[in-house]
Amino acid sequence: MSITEDQARKVAHLARIAVDDAALPALARELNGILHFMEQLNEVDVTGVEPMTGVTPMRLKRREDVVTTGEMADKILSNAPDAREGLFAVPKVVE
Amino acid sequence: MTDLNSLTIAEARDTLRKGDATALDLTEACLTAIEGAGALNAFVHKTPDIARAMAQAADARIKAGDATSLTGIPLGIKDVFCVKGVPSQAASRILEGFRPEYESTVTQNLWNAGAVLLGKLNQDEFAMGSANESSCYGPAVNPWKVDDRQLTPGGSSGGSAAAVAADLCLAATGTDTGGSIRQPAAFTGIVGLKPTYGRVSRWGVIAYASSLDQAGPMTKTVRDAAIMLGAMASVDPQDSTSAEHPVPDYEAALTGDIRGKRIGIPREYRVDGMPAEIDALWQKGAEMLREAGAEIVEISLPHTKYALPAYYVIAPAEASSNLARYDGVRYGRRARLGQGDGIVEMYEKTRAEGFGPEVQRRVMIGTYVLSAGFYDAYYNRARKVRALIKRDFDQAFADGIDAILAPTTPSAAFGLRSVDSSDPVQMYLNDVFTVTLNLAGLPGIAVPVGLDKQGLPLGLQLFGRPFEEGDLLNHALVLERAAGFVAKPDRWW
Repeated sequence: MSITEDQARKVAHLARIAVDDAALPALARELNGILHFMEQLNEVDVTGVEPMTGVTPMRLKRREDVVTTGEMADKILSNAPDAREGLFAVPKVVE
Repeated sequence: MTDLNSLTIAEARDTLRKGDATALDLTEACLTAIEGAGALNAFVHKTPDIARAMAQAADARIKAGDATSLTGIPLGIKDVFCVKGVPSQAASRILEGFRPEYESTVTQNLWNAGAVLLGKLNQDEFAMGSANESSCYGPAVNPWKVDDRQLTPGGSSGGSAAAVAADLCLAATGTDTGGSIRQPAAFTGIVGLKPTYGRVSRWGVIAYASSLDQAGPMTKTVRDAAIMLGAMASVDPQDSTSAEHPVPDYEAALTGDIRGKRIGIPREYRVDGMPAEIDALWQKGAEMLREAGAEIVEISLPHTKYALPAYYVIAPAEASSNLARYDGVRYGRRARLGQGDGIVEMYEKTRAEGFGPEVQRRVMIGTYVLSAGFYDAYYNRARKVRALIKRDFDQAFADGIDAILAPTTPSAAFGLRSVDSSDPVQMYLNDVFTVTLNLAGLPGIAVPVGLDKQGLPLGLQLFGRPFEEGDLLNHALVLERAAGFVAKPDRWW
């Protein structure tokens, strides 16, 4: 498989990273280099192998479904680039 | 008397207990060393006022007879750890100005033990890199130098490694996702321990690849690594993957006796193009362990070769998900927007200017391997190969192997900016001996063993059984004693 400039543009958009058209050929080349490297994995026989999800075979911890924290809107907003009236502010979202 | 900043944790603990120096003396010695080491670019946020206040509190605690092994010990903290009120930006522009409102579990554990914060240490951006070159602060520099070149301290915990090797602090924290503690430890002649996945809490550690990330100590000696791991490790309800194992006394495990232990030498680690010096060092290390009474056994870990490509699928996949949170809304940087720009332009511009090239590359690769149509071909296949890599280790340990000995890196430290940046795979090859361990979740420790012919440190690593860091550290102690590595970099900075 190899990535065309068009596909590189699409991946950049999916990743929400702006890439100039002029930078797309180099990006596609780099991504192809990495993907080519990964293709070694096709040599491995993985028939019947379950994909590994975690290191230790353990069930994720459960806890009571109750509120344990909260009432700290100021702290949560303290690092926001733009916060107003107790809310995060963003540019218009309406299409 | 030796300069206080060049003491080990164990030596400083004795000095403080005997009253030969105060914690404040120790902290002042480190602060002076840091001020004189700007050329190393190791400390990127210095906290001298906090350090002095913590040192005074430690002195009060020592006086009151309430000291632990880390009380009054000045440490450097990798930038990736959230420290309340102190810049914590994982060396990324996108977290510029971010001051956490909370403390990571690891650093909280260290402060509870009485350790002193000297400041935040340089690293690769979001811990993605093997040369500390992707940092928004510019690279940290290796205190080891043999000619005009500036050498890399390795990555991603390059600032931690440089600071410990140059005696700017007594020890430092690091994180290891694919070798980021062990490779820089090897490049700078120090000890670096990556604990078993789940041994040390990830709460408050800025995430790169959550199924691989693990924090650990970077120290001057194996004993110090045992002391520091004991303080860093905990069972943490805030981290759902924190293991429910009580933390043992790691220092007590350091008996120096490994008679009858079986050490595996994995033949697949003898890779093409490996320098003869590294092969010779490896054989020498095996000989040292044999002389200490261990049995040396050749073993096979057949899927080793596929660890690197599997890692470079899985880690970017997890990173693309973890780094989705940097969107210019909740914290850090937001790009200046043009007339009419909406929210999508805000995301795209913010992430384009906030992330450096290597982070962008990994986020995009991760996005690609997780995208519809490629998920099975890349991501699921890599996770299956990961299961096979873990099975190799499980098999070796089931066959009665107690520890595995391997080189840490395929070379000594190389020149900063000497690796072709247009071919990212060249840099990835640095991690060839270290990534297997993260994929399997096992503990591993890098120990300095010798100098190469240029005069640069080379290390070996030992891998242990899950949650048996005590036994692993004991093997490492034997190797450390037999190697007798005492070389220090000549001060040029």
